[in-house]
Amino acid sequence: MGKRTIVPFGPQHPALPEPVHLDLELEDETVVRAIPSIGYVHRGLEKLAEKRDYNDMIYVMERVCGICSFGHGWGYAGAVEGLMRVQIPDRAECLRIMFHELSRVHSHLLWLGLLADGLGFDSLFMHCWRIREKVLDVFEAITGGRVIMSFCKVGGVRKDLTPEMLRMVRDTCDMIEEEMRKTALVFMKDSSVRNRLCGTGVLSKEDIVELSAVGPVARGSGVNNDVRSTSPMYRDLGFSPVLYDEGDCWSRCMVRVDEIMQSLDIIRNAVRDLPDGEVSVPVKGNAPVGDYVFRVEQPRGEGFYYVQGNGSKYLSRARVRTPTNINIPAMTRMLQGCNLQDVSMLVITIDPCISCTER
Amino acid sequence: MAVMKFGGRLMRNLFSKPATKMYPAVPREYPERSRGHIEFDPSNCITCNICGKKCPTDAIVVDKASRTLTIDRMNCIQCGYCVESCPKKCLSILPGYTAPDAEKVTETFQIPEKPKEEAQ
Amino acid sequence: MTEEIRQMFETVSPEDIPGMAEKLKTEGYRLVQLCGVTKEGHTEILYSFDKDFCLRNLKVDVPFGQTVGSITPWYWAAFVYENEVHDLFDVEFTDSKLDYKGNFFRMSVKTPWKGPEAAPKEGA
Repeated sequence: MGKRTIVPFGPQHPALPEPVHLDLELEDETVVRAIPSIGYVHRGLEKLAEKRDYNDMIYVMERVCGICSFGHGWGYAGAVEGLMRVQIPDRAECLRIMFHELSRVHSHLLWLGLLADGLGFDSLFMHCWRIREKVLDVFEAITGGRVIMSFCKVGGVRKDLTPEMLRMVRDTCDMIEEEMRKTALVFMKDSSVRNRLCGTGVLSKEDIVELSAVGPVARGSGVNNDVRSTSPMYRDLGFSPVLYDEGDCWSRCMVRVDEIMQSLDIIRNAVRDLPDGEVSVPVKGNAPVGDYVFRVEQPRGEGFYYVQGNGSKYLSRARVRTPTNINIPAMTRMLQGCNLQDVSMLVITIDPCISCTER
Repeated sequence: MAVMKFGGRLMRNLFSKPATKMYPAVPREYPERSRGHIEFDPSNCITCNICGKKCPTDAIVVDKASRTLTIDRMNCIQCGYCVESCPKKCLSILPGYTAPDAEKVTETFQIPEKPKEEAQ
Repeated sequence: MTEEIRQMFETVSPEDIPGMAEKLKTEGYRLVQLCGVTKEGHTEILYSFDKDFCLRNLKVDVPFGQTVGSITPWYWAAFVYENEVHDLFDVEFTDSKLDYKGNFFRMSVKTPWKGPEAAPKEGA
């Protein structure tokens, strides 16, 4: 039994791309308690929604986060469409799914790279990011932006895709799949990866239910709260939730690897079954008095969007609840009892996006 | 469990070309739809200021009295919303980003006075 | 993506919140979020719970200066939102399991979204 010491972790830490601070209470080398604190990058984007036309706000909302920008745009647009009682065309819905899954591929590849970096496997990190670059090239060619796509708008999507672009999406998927098959083997089988990941940061199914965790963190422990399960179009495109039961870092990693593979299939199916027709409908007029709740399964987990209309062109409230927000309690539970050396890796396994959390 | 799962990849790396480009020497090619900067064609502009009102960052300022349109290049976030909302289609978004600078760059365009018969 | 076909919003009084949280916890609901909305005269807090992809939203009107019972004894994860609502809207939560006492967000202005002056103007 050693003396308890408190080690500050972050906000500036080599393992973290974003500022989060943890007070780690240690007994010898073991973490007994971790107290997170955020609030270094609060921007008040939600308040801005009250001062801008709901149509304009989408360009601000998708800038909540760089990696899941499409998901934020879709979530906000979906909530406003629901409030306005607008039905978007099927083609727009299908294109949204396609781009959302492409974002999932690039987000998971980014995460796999960060994980490899956290493990100290730097060449693997570079290879993950090299594959990711292909997705960003597709984004730039089709939407005009590498990261912030500005592709989604209230009422549909902004631009239609030409047949060449669809072919490009499909070919890129084939290319990524081929590369991923080789890279996935490293995560699956390589001893240096497995020694570090297997059995660390175990969250049981009960922990997940108690702490309301979402996304790959929950699915790595065998809890399905993937909101894509409720979408009929997703089911038609071949979606089924990826679940692992171990609840350790390795299973959270494998959930993401398998989701990349499944997303590639969904994208190819979407290219094949893309319905014809318009890609957007005009949305005009004042937002009615009322509330609407919309959920999107982002790469990191379930995103929750809530809008409240007040009969004018401005919303009374636009709320974004990002997946990291609800995974922070799960992260602190994971850190209890772990080794100090594992802290940076465990923090990475929830895929924290602090700017999302604070908006 | 296996060791050297990465071995094949590493061997290939030794003999393949780098994935990166020698950037300043080899210029970056932007795709056609890339959103880089806003171009303004003053000849059709009716100074309606819709672009200025719609701009999420207030980077466009239209002065009706002096008939000028000012774009704050450093504030522009390249969303292209002004291009979409312009009723006369005199704004366009083209590839090629604004060069980094130590000072904020603004660009002012003079909008020509419309001949009377055309305005009516 | 998920069309919440049944948009269920219930109005609950602030005193009932801890009791409701206990009941929902035993029924197997998970916490989705809670958020504040500034209104003229009161702060509205929206609690969302989910069970099998079905959301239940509870709306609570809290007059300025009144406290609400914390739901952290049942949903520990709620500390993130309760501290957020406390820091931005100045709503006190009693019996919290993890209270940052106003130090969750580091902001230059204390409680920026509080009170009637921060309320959105109707038809502005």
